[in-house]
Amino acid sequence: MINPISIAFKKAKQQSRPALLTYTVAGDNSKKKSLEILKSISNNVDICEIGFPHNTPIADGGQIQTSSNRAIKNGLKINDVFKIVKEFKKKFISKPVILMGYYNMIYQYGENKFLEKCKRSYVNGLIVVDLPWPENKIFSNKCKKKSIAFIQLLSPTTSDERLKKIIKDSHDMIYYISMLSTTGGKLKVSPKKILTNYNKIKKIDPKKNCVIGFGITEKTISALKSADGLVVGSAICKEITRSLKYRQNPVTNVSKIVAKLRNKIS
Amino acid sequence: MRIKKKIPLIDQHDKFGFWGKKFGGSFIPETLKKPVDDLTKEFQKLRKNKSFLKKRDFYFKNYIGSPTRFIKLEKLSNHLGGAQIWAKVVSDANGGAHKIYNATVHALICKSMGKKYIVGDTGAGYAGKMLSMAAKKFDLKCKIFMGIKDIKRQKPNCDAMRKNGAEIVPVYTGSQTLVDAVSECMRYWVSNCDTTHMCVGSTVGPNIFVKICGWSTAQISRELKKQIKKEFNKFPKKIKLINCVGGGSSAYGFWSEFIDYPKTKIEFIGVEAGGPKYSKLHAAPLSKGAKLGVLHGAASYVCQDNEGQINETESISAGLDYPGVSPLHCFLKDTKRAKYTYATDEEALNAYKLVTKYEKLNPSLEPSHAFAEAIKIAPKLNKDIVVIVNSCGDAKKDRDILRKRLGRII
Repeated sequence: MINPISIAFKKAKQQSRPALLTYTVAGDNSKKKSLEILKSISNNVDICEIGFPHNTPIADGGQIQTSSNRAIKNGLKINDVFKIVKEFKKKFISKPVILMGYYNMIYQYGENKFLEKCKRSYVNGLIVVDLPWPENKIFSNKCKKKSIAFIQLLSPTTSDERLKKIIKDSHDMIYYISMLSTTGGKLKVSPKKILTNYNKIKKIDPKKNCVIGFGITEKTISALKSADGLVVGSAICKEITRSLKYRQNPVTNVSKIVAKLRNKIS
Repeated sequence: MRIKKKIPLIDQHDKFGFWGKKFGGSFIPETLKKPVDDLTKEFQKLRKNKSFLKKRDFYFKNYIGSPTRFIKLEKLSNHLGGAQIWAKVVSDANGGAHKIYNATVHALICKSMGKKYIVGDTGAGYAGKMLSMAAKKFDLKCKIFMGIKDIKRQKPNCDAMRKNGAEIVPVYTGSQTLVDAVSECMRYWVSNCDTTHMCVGSTVGPNIFVKICGWSTAQISRELKKQIKKEFNKFPKKIKLINCVGGGSSAYGFWSEFIDYPKTKIEFIGVEAGGPKYSKLHAAPLSKGAKLGVLHGAASYVCQDNEGQINETESISAGLDYPGVSPLHCFLKDTKRAKYTYATDEEALNAYKLVTKYEKLNPSLEPSHAFAEAIKIAPKLNKDIVVIVNSCGDAKKDRDILRKRLGRII
């Protein structure tokens, strides 16, 4: 069976546009609201990345930290994350879902139990921020056996030799980090430079779907639309924070922003 | 799990950086892979380079002021009766604590890598103060990440950092202590690793930082070994080396030269922060049986909940107030080479009172935890037994806390 993630890229390609990936934190600002957000943006999104929040995230900037803290403070547990995904998939079974987080949470849950639970909640892919290659080899093979895509990360600091090896060991999708930054940083590199690096990756294996993330907002997204996919995370988390501050409904506000993002790349 | 002889403990890890196949490693975002690799290669090269070693020894002697004293605490021993208590007065070192060793080595490495900026984390403020001193000495621009709670309670060290021209970046997230300072420092490094060198303030963090720090503080036990031989005509039959453990950099440095001795001859006791007497919170992952977890790029015993969220910690001593601990100490614990216990805030304060009453010594709240254990066990021991406490920090930084808790001006 082809992973729904690959199908999502194919569909976007047929429409001559990059796939749109969004990142939201499960349980932000509540379990119910985060599920409502997913449902409301689903039409405009090709792949949903859902964060399982950690309280010591070493690669996340302020926006995602704020979202994560909100979710944890509201009592979100890992099992709630699976429940949210399962509930979402009841209505949108073909919409791919990627879980993203830090290794300690998977380790405490137990790798095998975690993957079994992913499988049963129809999770399609996993990103583990602090489990780099080659340390992730065993775990990524476990994912493969369960038909869950393990998404390898690449960054501007990744050497050419390393790029080749990681891409060779990667599954259908790879994730290129646009710049030296935590999530949500201001885009400090020109889109042209980012795409040069992106093309270098594509040249190594054109068949792998490569997405670009970090620093992508309404302002910067259209300049990067030649990529296979683009991830927006912090801009959405920021919108939730803003909505709460002004006592507005985050569901409608996030939904509007995502529609705009989609428009910019269509 | 076994410790090998004749190989420094810092080098007894596998190719993925794990001690005993499970402690340590490098759990880092992809962006940091290259800077960490570069640093690893540079350090491998430098530690074999004779002129670098000469430079290190020069600065250790002329800048840090090695060797620090090794003294008998005659009056305290007499008061307690039982074992003889000695102190290695590492707080004699320039700046007032052992953190200067790691800071100096990192500044030298930073220089040698051609980087002009150096960043570091700090809890008690000693790691930050020392890094700011070393940065000033070697003409580097320096930023120090520090939790806002620690900035308030360790003001004298903050004043020193600013005086040395370092910028203190206050950290407001989480518990606003060392754990968040380390996270924020790592995030800063992720964003600036092309121009900036990072110094981790203890034997924690990704594998290479554990190694560099342990290699630096090992100076303490190199000196002590010579000093013991000089002080005693006959090498004592039984020695107990007592050290406080937060991240564990001073304890590793205090013990490293003696690891190959049988533990019946030289015993290691690590003392963690037990927190306030009636509080559930503590910073004692080893002695209170915390589970293995991943924090700040390394696997170690970590104070955490069932889900893997890192617990808040509480201790009167900012330098020990950290939920994780060095993988080296996890390894020493599981191989049973060292044993670990804890002292409460109150016990540390009482120890401080007693030590300062009898001796001309002013240990900070961190080594006061170690003294608390020495005071507890010494009366029960025979006087042939030599108890040595690493007095690894000076209490000047703690003046506000001591004034508040003991009503005493120091």
